[in-house]
Amino acid sequence: MKPEELLELLKHALGGLAKEVTVRKGYVEVLVDADSVVPVANKLKELGFDHVKSVTATDYPKESKIRVTYHVSSYLREDLAKPILGLSVDLPRDNPVMESLTGVWRSSELQEREVYEFFGVTFRGHPDLRPLLLIPELAERRVLRKDFVVKEESIYEGVPHRYQ
Amino acid sequence: MDVKAVDKVYVGNINVAARRARELLLGKLKLGDVIDWATTFSLWPVHLMTSCCGAEFAATWSPRFDAEQYGALPWVAPRQTNFIIIEGTVTRKMACALRITYEQMPHPKFVIAMGACALDGGLFYNSYNIVRPWEVVPVDVYIPGCPPPPEAVARAIIDLRRKIREKKLASRWLIEGWRHDRDPVKPADDVCKWWRP
Amino acid sequence: MKESPIGTSSSGMLEGQKLQGMVVRRVEKELYEVFIGPQHPGSGHMRIIVRLDGDVIVEADPDIGYVHRTMEKLSEVREWLKPIPLLERMTIIDACNITVPYVNALEKLMDKSPPPRASYLRVLLCEINRVASHLYGFGIFGVFLGHSTMYMWAFGDREVFVELAEVLTGARLTHSYPIPGGVRRDMPQDFPEMARRAVRYMRGRLEEYRRIFVDNPVIVKRLEGVGVISRNKAAELGIVGPNVRASGIRYDVRLAEPYEVYDELDFEIPVFEEGDALARTWVRVEEIKQSLSIIEQAVDWLERHKGEPIIPKEDYDKLPKLHKEVYEKTGRVKLLPVHATMKIPAGKAIARGEMGRGEIIYYVESDGGTTPYRVRVVTPSARNAIVFKYIVPGHRLMDLPAIYGSIDYFPPEADR
Repeated sequence: MKPEELLELLKHALGGLAKEVTVRKGYVEVLVDADSVVPVANKLKELGFDHVKSVTATDYPKESKIRVTYHVSSYLREDLAKPILGLSVDLPRDNPVMESLTGVWRSSELQEREVYEFFGVTFRGHPDLRPLLLIPELAERRVLRKDFVVKEESIYEGVPHRYQ
Repeated sequence: MDVKAVDKVYVGNINVAARRARELLLGKLKLGDVIDWATTFSLWPVHLMTSCCGAEFAATWSPRFDAEQYGALPWVAPRQTNFIIIEGTVTRKMACALRITYEQMPHPKFVIAMGACALDGGLFYNSYNIVRPWEVVPVDVYIPGCPPPPEAVARAIIDLRRKIREKKLASRWLIEGWRHDRDPVKPADDVCKWWRP
Repeated sequence: MKESPIGTSSSGMLEGQKLQGMVVRRVEKELYEVFIGPQHPGSGHMRIIVRLDGDVIVEADPDIGYVHRTMEKLSEVREWLKPIPLLERMTIIDACNITVPYVNALEKLMDKSPPPRASYLRVLLCEINRVASHLYGFGIFGVFLGHSTMYMWAFGDREVFVELAEVLTGARLTHSYPIPGGVRRDMPQDFPEMARRAVRYMRGRLEEYRRIFVDNPVIVKRLEGVGVISRNKAAELGIVGPNVRASGIRYDVRLAEPYEVYDELDFEIPVFEEGDALARTWVRVEEIKQSLSIIEQAVDWLERHKGEPIIPKEDYDKLPKLHKEVYEKTGRVKLLPVHATMKIPAGKAIARGEMGRGEIIYYVESDGGTTPYRVRVVTPSARNAIVFKYIVPGHRLMDLPAIYGSIDYFPPEADR
């Protein structure tokens, strides 16, 4: 299924629930509000997307938001196995809380724990929300946000980084 | 040694006797050399894989390079082994496991630090999650490389053997008792603060 | 004192009854917690916290993160080309497979594509690494089950393929072979003959492996019916690789979204239906056979098309005269300092590849600078870790090494 066909299918199925459905350079992204994440996820599961490949978050300190993205795809339906869909939610940076999608897709359980410890995003309704990879002392410091700076010896030493 | 005869029984001081026997056997009769020799030819490492250099550790004991010909057999239980090879990067979580395993081994014990990450961080030198292994356990031999080829690991075992025999590391434990120069740099509570017992 | 939640052995039917001469009373039991820690026989660098009721596992909790080396954070502060050696160290035994999707994502953002000879060279090294990685998996599996002959034979035969990779790239394990636009070195003259000899040797050895390991009655008894993952469960948990192909789902990234030149090559995807540990082992043996056939096809193509470029024309034109001479004479590409500070246009890209252990996904986001804005990598072992939580409970304690080895879980990859 080509990205354009997938775009049409999604626009038809999701209707007004999604804020924005875009295709750019072959990457299909569905942007939703934090309240309508679970209905959209259920709709996608009915369409045939049955597992989550990756749960990730990106920190935009200049716009003061954190964008959590679920990359979903399908195993059991052959025509939907090829595209990967990105389901994104924008959360405010000071208090990022959203509903967990483990009720819809069980495969997102361990990766939501990762996003919790690296970015500080709380997932309501997660069965077992605790740090997965880091020791508790580091998990409090929210290491993957942009304000946690790791110094690197490079040719740009002394030049302030573009997001500082 | 003052031995007195008390009613046809000879009585002496056992501690004094033991000390003089030890000085005689290890100092004058050179039993210490035999102990060092025996230790070098049966150095058994613990089976603790720390990081990605573990692939070359496994390859060193494979049929092509065969480190068992040096008498080194990777053994599972730390209580029956001589030395520990730190392969690769030591993260904060793994430092606790490494320290606990090191303390479970009986003396005399030795440490080989393998790979660039064990020298001074290697490729991950500025990562927030790693520690330098010489702060956690006292290291004897370092092997540079990323990853060091199995020939280098075998060479390090031979260097360790030379060091034990020249500096008499194994027999000094018997003669001198506890050796404070072999104490680790950081106390155990610092390394294992995060772990609930 | 907690009660046993599964309630099989002591509680239940017989309580309070009077059998002849006996009174049956409920006995309180507690669960016994075992830390199968980072130092264990077989020694993977992870801890599994297991709660036991007698010999039956009630709950298993993977405690991972012992090899977490913060690759994602470090890729954000290093320039675009430097994450290639960094990301290789995740699965050092499978180094080409893990960097090719990252380079593909960069090429998608830059709108560049490698010349065909470079693609064939990448595929050749990928398949050599796949065979070496499966043999490593068999070796470690042998150590878990106590079959040390399998460990010795697998690692000995793996040296054949590691030697091939060393002749091609110069390093045993950390190749750093693909660069955005092509590859770093060309194939030496005597390489096709070496590769064909290695393939012939390995085909004969697979027969011997079948006799001592896969058809061994002791091993069959330990693996048959253990860790069964049904088709729907596999799709629900989202596991990857030979594990999902052993459960009846026909999914391989080389089929679903062919990258490099996999659509021009002729190979099959082995699929088994049972979903137990024995099926997973069989899938890996069959995959080695398919990889050997791909290596032969790639080497044939490369022999027929000698002298073609391995980097795109626009990169070749930018090289100074000395670098061009070195490239013509020895086939080695010397990168310029401008490659270290190259800027990639803004955008988002997803690329995926098929490693020996499963599917790897890269999500790369750029904002036009010299360093990546966000690199997200999800490795196959990170997605397979959920098997410990949901499939292991209900088995006996000694089935845990069998399940652990059959899903071929590799902790440095899972922890990144």
